[in-house]
Amino acid sequence: MSRRLRSVALGAALVLAPVTPAWLVLAATPAIAVEPGEELADPALEARARALSAGLRCLVCQNQSIDDSDAALAKDLRLLVRERLAAGDSDREVIDYLVSRYGEFVLLNPRLHWTTLALWGAPVVLLLAGGLFAVATVRRRAAEARNPALTAEEEKAVDAVLKERGL
Amino acid sequence: MIVELGHFALVLALALALVQSVLPLIGARVGDARLMETGSTTALGGFVMLALAFAALTHAYVVSDFSVLNVAENSHSAKPLLYKITGVWGNHEGSMLLWVLILSFFGALVALFGRDLPASLKANVLSVQAWITVAFLLFILLTSNPFARLDPPPFEGNDLNPILQDIGLAIHPPMLYLGYVGFSIAFSFAVAALIDGRIDAAWARWVRPWTLVAWVFLTAGIAMGSYWAYYELGWGGWWFWDPVENASFMPWLSGTALLHSALVMEKRSALKIWTVLLAILTFSLSLLGTFLVRSGVLTSVHAFATDPTRGVFILGILCVFVGGSLALFALRASSLEGGGLFAPISREGALVFNNLFLTTACATVLIGTLYPLVLEVTTGAKISVGPPFFNLTFGPLMLPLLFAVPFGPLLAWKRGDLLGAAQRLYFAAGAAFVAVLFVMAITQGAAILSALGVGLAVWLMIGSFVDLWGRASFAKAGFSNALRRLAGLPRSVFGTAIAHFGLGATLLGIVAVGAFGTETVTTMAPGQTVHAGGWGVRFEGLAPRDGPNFTEEVGRFTILDGTSEAGRIESARRLYTARQQPTTEAGISTHLFSQVYVALGDAVANGGQTVVRIWTKPLVTLIWLGCVAMAIGGLVSLSDRRLRIGAPARAKRRGGRPIAEPAE
Repeated sequence: MSRRLRSVALGAALVLAPVTPAWLVLAATPAIAVEPGEELADPALEARARALSAGLRCLVCQNQSIDDSDAALAKDLRLLVRERLAAGDSDREVIDYLVSRYGEFVLLNPRLHWTTLALWGAPVVLLLAGGLFAVATVRRRAAEARNPALTAEEEKAVDAVLKERGL
Repeated sequence: MIVELGHFALVLALALALVQSVLPLIGARVGDARLMETGSTTALGGFVMLALAFAALTHAYVVSDFSVLNVAENSHSAKPLLYKITGVWGNHEGSMLLWVLILSFFGALVALFGRDLPASLKANVLSVQAWITVAFLLFILLTSNPFARLDPPPFEGNDLNPILQDIGLAIHPPMLYLGYVGFSIAFSFAVAALIDGRIDAAWARWVRPWTLVAWVFLTAGIAMGSYWAYYELGWGGWWFWDPVENASFMPWLSGTALLHSALVMEKRSALKIWTVLLAILTFSLSLLGTFLVRSGVLTSVHAFATDPTRGVFILGILCVFVGGSLALFALRASSLEGGGLFAPISREGALVFNNLFLTTACATVLIGTLYPLVLEVTTGAKISVGPPFFNLTFGPLMLPLLFAVPFGPLLAWKRGDLLGAAQRLYFAAGAAFVAVLFVMAITQGAAILSALGVGLAVWLMIGSFVDLWGRASFAKAGFSNALRRLAGLPRSVFGTAIAHFGLGATLLGIVAVGAFGTETVTTMAPGQTVHAGGWGVRFEGLAPRDGPNFTEEVGRFTILDGTSEAGRIESARRLYTARQQPTTEAGISTHLFSQVYVALGDAVANGGQTVVRIWTKPLVTLIWLGCVAMAIGGLVSLSDRRLRIGAPARAKRRGGRPIAEPAE
């Protein structure tokens, strides 16, 4: 995507209605990715390539995978992924290779690392904490209802009785 | 002149909002009825002023007054009238004006229809509403004035981005804002209750219809945005987990949770504190969405840092309102203790389950959206969080919830019978099992997960009506008796069934497209036929054509079902002349719930050939029709008698209708 279009993009992002992904508006030539001739002859390999591309970010676009983007760089990356696969790389090797060249930023699905621990852990921790809290609250309230705390007057009466008996 | 009047009306609206944010509040404190009543007058007056301001800007767009900077930047004299009008909110300044207009519209509704509200609650609500109005009017007047003039005026305007020149996007922002901003009422009620330190079941009865209205609009608005992206973008995706989409999805998730928890509060006066907190959080997420979209912080942290005026202003508004309301909550929440008790297995318990999963899902989307931003600011590391992350986290969080939905309405309040509910769902379970087997059979066992997904959708769709079926007791009472009983049921029971059914339909569409959709990319010559997903697509040829403000190259296609013709579609490459910007206009052929979607790629040099992309999308329209059903369910529920009586919309009493509603 050209520099001029990207600056249009920055402006458009500010202007758009809330639910409109900014890149929709800046996808100036909304022709779609994967052109005829790019596909690999082996359908199994091509399926792997598509799955991999869907998880790789087009670095010059906003939040688009290389599978969806029509930018020149996305096309280069798509061809690169297919080249590596055809050369016999495993999925993991392809990803490692791309990360070594472009950094973690290229992955739409961030890998587990200490910096992403909070990201991946949050859903689990929140669900467990929320669930435990809810169960505890329901139990506590039920217990309170079964053995209601003494009112101030009852407390006084008990104190009086205890004092009377010298306890 | 009209433009200056509009600007003046905007300033007057600010003055009125300032009065409204103080006097009614004082009135409620000292118990002065006249001071409290100023809330209604100023709310209505403020709405009229903002409507005038909005009309003035619209007028400038309609007559193409390019001496107004905003019009010159975003309009063009050759644009069709409809898009001149919708262009008013197709830009930053105009859309903020629409935001405030809708905010004051809701305030005016409370003033008009809130006659039955306790006077002090109403006064407090209107004051809180005015605080928000003041903040956003200041934002508009100080940083985003839509009425700024341009001297000398240009001869012609810059035109609206062509992708926005579409009827779907014309209606989408107002719908979305009605939802987004509608949650401000729930927020104002929550803050008013905290100020008063008093809250009861009646409060929930006031809040629920407003929340429901906002939720209905937000549901419809999100669905419309999704469908717009689907057909306008030209590659058939319908949800992208884009931060801007997430910004609207988060209030929807927490708003849905709020609808359900308010139900518990209304019926059993339990979950008070939680409901108030959700009301605050839901609108806070709307404000956060506004900040994310308007500040440009999502585009890049650096873009935000170079021109931070607007962003910092909204961030300030966000901090004051979210921080302030949460602080108030922390101070006052303890005074709201109390309420009905319930066993874990009960209607209340089911709704808590719903809230637990919805809020966790909402938090997951929130964290996923903001994480890259926070990480970059704190450590400088750049990562991406995209669709694969959300599919991996959000999806599994939804599964238990979707599975549990049919159980909810079948459980009794206080103490429910899970086994009894399960026994009543045997038919839904059987149908789901058959659906799973059916999908396994036609795919020869290759798509187990998809089969389970279809089964879950069928379970939801049929299970949603089990409550209605049981209450009408078709099995025991006989058909005509059952119909009579059905007519006497509260509308909210129908609303619940329809909305839950819609959820199932949406799920079915999502699963079907994901699992059984096909995609073909190829070069086609005129007369050539391509077969995909059970359909044939014949390319008839390319021809140029002129539109009002664009030129296009139109490809004509015939859709074939076997050998017989099943439809004709046009798919085009368009060039908008003012901005020299190309767009793709996809051709879509709908067959019941499924679609064949054809988009043109690049032209090939020789003999009228072109690159064509063909998608078959089985049951795809169910995704949006399901959302429509959810919205209709909300509307039906809104018409329920108990919400009409004593609640905002005081409906005309219909004479002579027997009241045969069972006590709930």
